[in-house]
Amino acid sequence: MNYLNEDIDSLNEKLAQGTLSADKLAQDTVENIKKTDEKLNAWITVQEDAKPDEDLDFANNKLAGIPIAIKDNIITKDVKTTAASHILDNYIPVYDATVIDRLKKAHVTFVGKTNMDEFAMGSSTEHSYFGATHNPWDFDKVPGGSSGGSAAAVAAGQVVAALGSDTGGSIRQPSAFNGIFGIKPTYGRVSRWGLIAFASSLDEIGVMSKRAKTSAQVLNVIAGADDHDSTLSTRAVPDFTEYIGKDVKGLRVAVVKEYMDAVDGEMHEVIQKQIDVLKDAGAIINEVSLPLTKYVVPDYYIIASSEASSNLQRFDGIRYGYRAEDAKNLLDVYVKSRSEGFGEEVQRRILLGSFALSAGSYDRFFRQASKVRTLICNDFDKIFADNDVIVGPTTTTPAFNIGSEISDPIKMYNNDILTISANLAGIPAASVPAGLVDGMPVGLQVMAKRFDEGSIFQVADFIERNNKFYEKTPAGMED
Amino acid sequence: MEITEETIKHVAGLSRLEIDEKEIGKVTEQMSSIINMADQLSEVDTEGVEETVQVVDRDTVFREDKPEHWETREELMKNVPEQANGFIKVPVIINKDEDE
Amino acid sequence: MNFKSTIGFEVHFELKTKSKIFSPSPVSYGAKPNTETNVIDWGMPGVLPYVNKDVYRLGIMVALATHSHILPTTHFDRKNYYYPDSPKAYQITQFFQPLARDGYVEIEVHGKKKRIGIHEMHIEEDAGKNTHGTNGFSYVDLNRQGVPLLEVVSEPEISDPDEGYAYLEKLRKIVQFTGASDVKMEEGSMRVDTNISIRPAGQKELGTKVEMKNLNSFEHVRKSLAYEEKRQAQVLLSGGRVQISTRRFDEATGKTVLERVKEGDADYRYFPEPDIAPDHISDEWIEEIKSSLPRSAEERYNQYVNEFGLKEYDANVLLQTKESSDFFDKTVAAGADPQLAANWMNTQVNGYLNDNRVELADIKLTPENLAAMIKLIKDGTISSKIAKKVFAETIANGTDPKKYVEDQGMVQLSDTSVLEPMVKEVVDNNPQSVEDFKNGKDRAIGFLVGQIMKQTRGKANPKVINQLLNDELQKR
Repeated sequence: MNYLNEDIDSLNEKLAQGTLSADKLAQDTVENIKKTDEKLNAWITVQEDAKPDEDLDFANNKLAGIPIAIKDNIITKDVKTTAASHILDNYIPVYDATVIDRLKKAHVTFVGKTNMDEFAMGSSTEHSYFGATHNPWDFDKVPGGSSGGSAAAVAAGQVVAALGSDTGGSIRQPSAFNGIFGIKPTYGRVSRWGLIAFASSLDEIGVMSKRAKTSAQVLNVIAGADDHDSTLSTRAVPDFTEYIGKDVKGLRVAVVKEYMDAVDGEMHEVIQKQIDVLKDAGAIINEVSLPLTKYVVPDYYIIASSEASSNLQRFDGIRYGYRAEDAKNLLDVYVKSRSEGFGEEVQRRILLGSFALSAGSYDRFFRQASKVRTLICNDFDKIFADNDVIVGPTTTTPAFNIGSEISDPIKMYNNDILTISANLAGIPAASVPAGLVDGMPVGLQVMAKRFDEGSIFQVADFIERNNKFYEKTPAGMED
Repeated sequence: MEITEETIKHVAGLSRLEIDEKEIGKVTEQMSSIINMADQLSEVDTEGVEETVQVVDRDTVFREDKPEHWETREELMKNVPEQANGFIKVPVIINKDEDE
Repeated sequence: MNFKSTIGFEVHFELKTKSKIFSPSPVSYGAKPNTETNVIDWGMPGVLPYVNKDVYRLGIMVALATHSHILPTTHFDRKNYYYPDSPKAYQITQFFQPLARDGYVEIEVHGKKKRIGIHEMHIEEDAGKNTHGTNGFSYVDLNRQGVPLLEVVSEPEISDPDEGYAYLEKLRKIVQFTGASDVKMEEGSMRVDTNISIRPAGQKELGTKVEMKNLNSFEHVRKSLAYEEKRQAQVLLSGGRVQISTRRFDEATGKTVLERVKEGDADYRYFPEPDIAPDHISDEWIEEIKSSLPRSAEERYNQYVNEFGLKEYDANVLLQTKESSDFFDKTVAAGADPQLAANWMNTQVNGYLNDNRVELADIKLTPENLAAMIKLIKDGTISSKIAKKVFAETIANGTDPKKYVEDQGMVQLSDTSVLEPMVKEVVDNNPQSVEDFKNGKDRAIGFLVGQIMKQTRGKANPKVINQLLNDELQKR
């Protein structure tokens, strides 16, 4: 079966009433994935023997027996975890990420691992050792990235919820491209233990689903303190579902001039319409400016690539992962394993990062980027002193054609201009479907102050109820 | 700023990556445009600005000194490409400290 | 031409914790390869470091003991380099904001006191071990990966090899008496790198630095520095240039040998470790640690010599290790006479340790038992001859001396009402001895004492018997 018209609540109802068994749900899910994934390639690993836990308490646990997709850069014990890289294409982890541990305790059913850009570096899911994922709205288009597999799987109704990770927009941009909801929580809200690091100071695990409430239900389970991640906040985690079903009267909504200027034509209209909806519902709209927006792409690429260049050094062919066969000496093991094991984009980022940290470049690049980051954080603080949320477009365009940008890295990098800032400032941000432009979905981005995911759920759910985008079926999934 | 092939080769060396001699011109050109894109940051006045290297709401986070034993070594060795007697086996080292 | 030497040290101490700096793996020695490791030590994908509080505590102890300024905010950084024993291909260390700066230790060489500055000290993780086979392969054991280290970097203020030796001795003693490290060079819990440059007297700028790493002993440090002073002087005098290089000390020849020439500075691409938040070291915590800091060797020495009246030599023997000094202090605290305690510690206890090749921590003798035995001697309950038997039993089996002496009936016989009749009897039965005594043969008394000892199985108090015998013989 598919979940084009389902969510956690509707499935839970069937399970609780006994009209659907968790075993059947698991089996149907796997079969449907196998059937539909030929065109999508949203999955790297499908757990064909997926089995729900026993003695599930559907009455008190809404997540019990619900199949959930996991991005393949999240460590799953005994289940191959590749980060979509040749260098890890046979890697079987010996521990579980904290988020997996939490989901296991909530008795969800694991059905497999989703495709992504290698090591989460990319905005199109074309940079995967396992081939590109296709957008269910138009198979010639990219699903966005790097969590493109998770986004396509949700949009195509293969699962009702998926975990993704977001370092510069990797949850929000594919969510926008696929017409689903996706949230990157506050940095420090969800444990990074078991997330294969791309850029440690920016990485955050989040949730993707058709409806905002579904993500709230999953986030409730995975968020909160963990004694494996010392950068994690110890703040209490509110029940995010309490923010569902509220109105937006009196809510102070900032609209960033530079973000609106980044979109034009039909896209601008669709976004503006969502803002008008908020205004009509009694929200207070304030136009604000983020003058450093034009610097966020360079700032992000320096910081993210620097951290990545160091984080990816452990993939050296010594202790795990791919080791080049013909390596005759140690240097060969390193150089050949890494040069053969990493894809082109990953190597590009490693080179950029190594350069930015190298003697003579550090001050001009890494240190300068860290200072600009401070200025970017300050600008957000100023806006949030007078506003509850910021809304605007998630991306500058709808999904582009597969193959159209892959040879132009800088053009590809600029895709992230609207999403990057939230990672630099560590604030929560989500994308909620805004409408269609030329038959492809576009997203409204909602940002809030640190640890205020609640306001994001409130606004996203309001928008969702208003435009009812969730009723639409991706063109490629229509029978 | 000008990025030379030597710079890219040096950085590739630090990164333990090899660039095909035939590709070096193209890679240098591409890296040069990316680095120059990144270098736009030099325009921003950051005089007296502190650095932000992480956005955390905690500091001084410590663990008590309590040892825990991992079961088992076999599990940890599971993904090792080559091993012998509980050791990780690696082709012999040449140019031992070339980096230090 | 006269040359001046400038010597600096980088000394690594293993900090004595139960678990590693960033992972809960146990710290132990001699375990089977890779058994004391976990996913963090392996640098598995997705793992994160979590700082062990005790590493800071021990580091702060050393900082305090060396009068260093502890930074209110420290941060870990990554030092990037590839080597098979470095699983993440970076070492987590403190580069930009170390634990402490600007300390000093005071040394005394040839009767002259001098302060040697400590530039900085920082905490970091140790690497694993990489053993080279002869078959074209090497073998990696990650048990040592993540063992906490404290690196102490001196100012280049040491001007000759003797000062260098004295600096190392003093630094070792200071660290040893904080209890923060085992400071054993042979086990690697103290590791010494040194560097030396020379310059013509009168020249301001320093000469070219030559480094020597992982020297085996302080004596090797002294010899290699002395050799380098001469070698570099010869190079300069013959018009040559000293190369920036690393050299190795060759024990067999007493010379240093070129290992490799450095070409420019290494590019470690240091940057702040994003996986660990900054650490603020509060004044309260520093005060708390200060108040728990064990007494320094210097303090103890002054007490031993000035208050207890021990000889300098005895005091120094006790102070060779913190363990022996602690044992002594506890023995005295348990009521033992300090002089007797020192004698027993430095002769019998040390003898036992040497003979059996064990350490104080491994034996069954407790300070309380040693003190109890010394009290028995002091109050005349046992003779020093019996004491040796008691000691042998106590140190071997941990037996309570008092109980042992009672059980074995070893209490010394000093009661004159018991001994007087015995003396009379012996004298009566040995007229020849009486004769001999009167003829001035002192040996006669010895014979008679022996007879009584035989009868009492050695328990009679020799002093008392001698007195009684003398009195009795005078009467005859």
